[in-house]
Amino acid sequence: MRRVYLDHSATTPVRPEVVQLVNKYLTETFGNPSSVHAFGREARKGVETAREQIAALIKAKPEEIFFTSGGTEADNMAIVGTAMANQTKGKHIITTQIEHHAVLDTCKSLIKQGFEVTFLPVNPDATIDLELLKSSIRDDTILITMMHVNNEVGTILPIKEVGQIAKEKGIIFHVDAVQSFGKLPIDVNEMNIDLLSASGHKIYALKGTGCLYIRKGTKIAPLFFGGSQERKRRPGTENVPGIVAFGLAAHLAGQEMEAEAERLTKLRDKLIDGILEKIPNVQLNGHRTNRLPGHVNVSIRYIEGESLLLMLDMKGIAASSGSACTSGSLDPSHVLLAMGIPHEIAHGSLRMTLGKGTTEEDVDYVLEVLPEIVEKLRSMSPLYNSMKLENNEECSKCTQKR
Amino acid sequence: MYTEKVMDHFMNPRNVGEIENPSGVGEVGNAKCGDIMRIYLEVEDNIIKDIKFKTFGCGAAIATSSMATEMVKGKTIEEALQLTNKAVAEALGGLPPAKMHCSNLAADALHKAIEDYKNKQKQKEQEQNK
Repeated sequence: MRRVYLDHSATTPVRPEVVQLVNKYLTETFGNPSSVHAFGREARKGVETAREQIAALIKAKPEEIFFTSGGTEADNMAIVGTAMANQTKGKHIITTQIEHHAVLDTCKSLIKQGFEVTFLPVNPDATIDLELLKSSIRDDTILITMMHVNNEVGTILPIKEVGQIAKEKGIIFHVDAVQSFGKLPIDVNEMNIDLLSASGHKIYALKGTGCLYIRKGTKIAPLFFGGSQERKRRPGTENVPGIVAFGLAAHLAGQEMEAEAERLTKLRDKLIDGILEKIPNVQLNGHRTNRLPGHVNVSIRYIEGESLLLMLDMKGIAASSGSACTSGSLDPSHVLLAMGIPHEIAHGSLRMTLGKGTTEEDVDYVLEVLPEIVEKLRSMSPLYNSMKLENNEECSKCTQKR
Repeated sequence: MYTEKVMDHFMNPRNVGEIENPSGVGEVGNAKCGDIMRIYLEVEDNIIKDIKFKTFGCGAAIATSSMATEMVKGKTIEEALQLTNKAVAEALGGLPPAKMHCSNLAADALHKAIEDYKNKQKQKEQEQNK
């Protein structure tokens, strides 16, 4: 059976060049970077090369990159670290309702510690209102934390504009760039970003590795204590294989970014147009054009997301959904609800995220299989038939009026 | 996360559809929660001669609907009333814990359909008595 992996926003396979490098760092260059001997020095060199590679991708300085265990830790460090180090200046934080839980739940944990958090609502296409952001800023606002690209619906947020606003007001600006790092151009200076989270396994490197960019001079407190690694901001022996993998993957992503974005945008648009054309009662979630290349999210009415995923899986297609069954709670995705999408339509959401290995044949295969699956599930759905009847009634009423 | 039996009933559901002029219809759940089950009965001489379902929901919701209809087809009304959600889940070789409450409602839908059937019977009797 054909296998089509369309869940690259969840994680990616490790690319062969990276596997080769990791292998070397697992077996030959295994030293502890803090050691004085040659083994240690070689490992140190690998870590510092990776730091340069990652810094180069976002136009930062290498000494502004701090390696972490992943995007979640970087988000925690940025938000809690900023809150702890700046609480004498103020205790107000601004974020959005559509952040990843790594940001949302971290902000909520601070509320319990006496901080106040404004969760900005979003437009139906998951964009934000800059005027609303401006009016939410207070004298005691110390941090604005916002994602670059929404992981669920793919909309790109106006980071540069927000950065300008934050700079004018002297507020620290953190960007969760886990979904955009290596895929969209980022310039931390041009965008006035003070803190930025990124993750390795979204760009064909290893799970368990990420980083936080910290602009020189930004006050931030560490979460961990115990050593001088990462200039005491993130103690603990470095995950050397993960770090060198992240560095190389970032370097290669930078080289390939433009061509890959163009290729994925074409495939994405073919998939979106094909679904909207072949399946009735479907809506695209997120912005139509201002979205991550390779990111598709649609709501297919009258069916539920998990059963859709299971049937796609039986046909070899791996995707994800924002339905309650897949969100781990009784409610569907908080992102879709914040966009004003009703529960029953949010339950039928389907996310397909394309990547390096995705071909046009894969897209054709999905466009062949998906309509059949939708038809099968709809034929079982009590909602579909009653809708058909309602539509018919409406139509007959229209005809009567005429 | 699902047993083979669940996947079998999900991929090849038994008794999907509707019955025209059913003896009784029962529905549970709502679209907001992500689960709706509707069961149609055809009863003759106190026996469930035919049963069909329509379900909007996850894999467990569809599989339990299918299994429940299979378990009571050909049974008497009294036997069908004995069916519990738990028994349906057990017949499927178990469900993931998270699914036991939200998606395991087929027996409830069946009981509602039987209640509807009984109400209709009563109405008929009353009309005949007039």
